Amino acid sequence: MSLDVNDLAVYYRTLRGDVRALDGVSFSLADGEIMGLAGESGSGKSTLGKSLIRMDARMRHVAGTVRLDGAELPVADDARMVPFRFHQVSLVPQYAMSALNPTRRIGRMVRELVRSRGVDYAGVHPELLRRLELVGLDEQVLRRYPIELSGGMKQRVVMVVSTLLNPSLLIADEVTSALDVSTQRAVAEALAGFRDRGFVKSMVFVTHDLALVHQIADTIMVMYAGRPAEKASSRTIIEAPRHPYTRMLISSLPEVGVTFAGKRLQGIPGRPPGLLDPPPGCRFRDRCPLAFDKCAEQPPFAEVAPGHWAACWKAE
Amino acid sequence: MRRYLARKILIYALTFFVAVSINWLIPRLMPGDPIRTMLSRGASGDEASMERMRAYYEQTFGLDEPAWQQYLNFWTSLARGDLGISVWLFPQPVTEILLSAVPYTLALLLPATLLSWVAGNRFGAFAARSKWLDNTLLPLGYVLTATPYMWLGILLAWGLGIVAGWFPTAGPYGFGSIPGWNWPFISDLVSHWFLPFASLFLVAFGGWAIGMRNMIIYELEAEYSTYLEALGAPRRLVRRYAFRNAVLPQLTGLAVQLGTIVAGALLTEIVFAYPGLGNLILEALNNRDFFLLQGAFLFIVVGVLIANFIVDVIYVVVDPRTRTQMQGSAA
Ligand SMILES: Nc1ncnc2c1ncn2[C@@H]1O[C@H](COP(=O)(O)OP(=O)(O)OP(=O)(O)O)[C@@H](O)[C@H]1O
Ligand code: SF4
Ligand SMILES: [Mg+2]
Repeated sequence: MSLDVNDLAVYYRTLRGDVRALDGVSFSLADGEIMGLAGESGSGKSTLGKSLIRMDARMRHVAGTVRLDGAELPVADDARMVPFRFHQVSLVPQYAMSALNPTRRIGRMVRELVRSRGVDYAGVHPELLRRLELVGLDEQVLRRYPIELSGGMKQRVVMVVSTLLNPSLLIADEVTSALDVSTQRAVAEALAGFRDRGFVKSMVFVTHDLALVHQIADTIMVMYAGRPAEKASSRTIIEAPRHPYTRMLISSLPEVGVTFAGKRLQGIPGRPPGLLDPPPGCRFRDRCPLAFDKCAEQPPFAEVAPGHWAACWKAE
Repeated sequence: MRRYLARKILIYALTFFVAVSINWLIPRLMPGDPIRTMLSRGASGDEASMERMRAYYEQTFGLDEPAWQQYLNFWTSLARGDLGISVWLFPQPVTEILLSAVPYTLALLLPATLLSWVAGNRFGAFAARSKWLDNTLLPLGYVLTATPYMWLGILLAWGLGIVAGWFPTAGPYGFGSIPGWNWPFISDLVSHWFLPFASLFLVAFGGWAIGMRNMIIYELEAEYSTYLEALGAPRRLVRRYAFRNAVLPQLTGLAVQLGTIVAGALLTEIVFAYPGLGNLILEALNNRDFFLLQGAFLFIVVGVLIANFIVDVIYVVVDPRTRTQMQGSAA
C-alpha cells in the first residue's frame, strides 16, 4: 500500500464552533493507483487533499493517522511535514493559473524553489526540460513570465514543477475545472502519463467531472458530508454502485459525460446536513429513499466486495 | 519598450504644454486690470519705482499685441528661462528667486521621502512577521499618520528644539553664520535641517509602514505563496517573493509622493521658517506676486512630470506585467 489513511478527522475552527469537514475518513491507495475523488460541493474533498500536504491555519487535526510508503506522515505537525512536501507528497493546486509568482521568470522561480529544498538544480535541469517537452512546452517557457503564458500552459508548467522530484503521492485538486473541454482531457491524460512513466507513484484526483475522471482513474471514491460513501474501481462506481447516494449521483447525470459542477444535485431532493453540528448516524439519512431504523447508527466504511468499500447498512 | 517610453514622453510633453498654456491664460482671464491690482497691493510706495514696474509689466504682458503674439512671446521667454520679474522682490528675476529656494526644498524632501519609503517598507514587512511588533508599533504608526502635521512639527520643535535644546528650530542656518564650504557652517546647516527633515520623515514613515504591512499580508495569502508553502519552500523564500510584489503598489505611492514633493513642504517650511519653495509660495500669495506664483507653479509641474517619468521607467523594469501590457497595447 502506498497511502493508508486511517480514521482521519480534521475540523475547521470557526467562531460558531468546529466544522467537521472530515469526520472519520479511511481508505488506502495501492502503488500506482489513481483515485478520483468525487462528491458534492462541500463534501470535504479539498479538505482531504490539503490535510495530506499542508493544513491551513484554521484546520485542526482531531484524530486519525496517515501512512505513506510504510512511514507515518505527520500531517498534524506543520514543521515535521516540511521534509515530506515536494519530495514525497506534492500538489497541483486548484488555482494553478495563479500559482506562479507573477514577477519572476518561470525558470528562475523553479531554480530558487528547487534549491531551497536542498536539491542540486543542475541535476534536475535536463529532466525538467524533458518533462516540459513531454507536455508540449519548449525550453522557452523558462524564460517567460507567467503572464506571458496561456492558462493551459501555466497549468502544465505547474504539473511539471510539482512532480519534478518524483513524489510518491500527488494531489491534484480540480486541475481541470478552469479549462475548456478539450484541454481538460489533455491535462488529465498528461497526469495519467506521469503515473505511467513513474514520475509519481499514486495520485488523488479531485474532481466534479465523473465522466473525465472515470477515463483516467483506476478507482473512484465518493464522499458525502465529510465521510467516504463508497470506493471501488471506476467501472464499478459507474456501472454497479452500491451506496444509495452514489446510485442517485450516477443516475442524476443525464449521461456519463456531464459535470455536476458545484451545484446541488437536481435529482436528489434535500441538501447535505450542516457540518457544524451534524446529526448522528448515517449522514445521508434525510435524503435516502432506503433509510430504515438502523440508519440512526453510523454505518462503517466496510469492504462489501473485494476492492469495493461502502458506508451503508444496505450495501452488503 | 522604446515605443512605450516614446508614448509616455509624448503624454508628458502634452501635459506640460497644457499646464503652461493654462498658466499663461489665467492672469489674462482675471477680471479688471491685473497689473494695477498687483502693483497697488505690491511693494513700495515709491512713485518712481512704481512707474518703472508698471512700464515693465505693460510691456511684458504686451497688451497692445494680439493674443497669439503674446502667447508666442511667453513661450520664447520661457525657453530662455525667463519667468519674468518678481513684484515682491522687484527687480529680481523670478527664475533666480526660485532657483535659490529649490535646493532647500529638495534637500528636505528628497531624503525625507526616499528614506521614509525605504525604512517604512522594511519596517512594515518586518512588523507583519511579528505579532508583538504588529500589536505595539503599528498602532503608533497609525497615530503618526493621523497626527496633523502642524501639531507634530510644533511638538518636535518644542520638545527637541526648545526644551531639550538639541536643535535650532528656525531658519536655514544661524544668523551669525557666514555661508561657505567650511565645517562649522555645514554642521550649522545640518542641525537646522534636522528638525524639518525629521518631522517629514516621521509622518511619511508611519504611512509607508502601514501600507507595506497590509500589502505583504495580502501577498502572503496569495496563491503563489500558498503554492510555495505547500511545496515546503522555506519562509525566507516566500517572504522574499511577497516583499518584492508588495513593493510594487508602494512604488506607485512613491510616484505620487515625489510628484507633490516640490509643493509638499509648505507646512514644514512655514513651521520651521525654512526658505524653500513652499515658503516662497506663501510669500508670493501674501504679496500678490503673480509672476513668482506662476513660476513656482511651473517648477511644480516640471517636478511632478519628472518624478512620474522616473517611476514609470522603474516600474517597467521591475514589473513584467507592465511590459506585457505594453506589448498588448502596442500591437
Ligand atoms: N476555512 C473554513 N472555515 C470553515 N469551514 C470551512 C472552511 N473551508 C471549508 N469549510 C467547510 O468544510 C467543508 C468541506 O469543504 P471543502 O472545501 O473540503 O469542500 P469540497 O468538497 O472541496 O467542495 P468543492 O467541491 O466546492 O471544492 C464545507 O462544508 C465547507 O463549508
Ligand atoms: S445507511 Fe441507511 S440512510 Fe445511509 S445510505 Fe444506507 S440505507 Fe441510506
Ligand atoms: Mg474543493
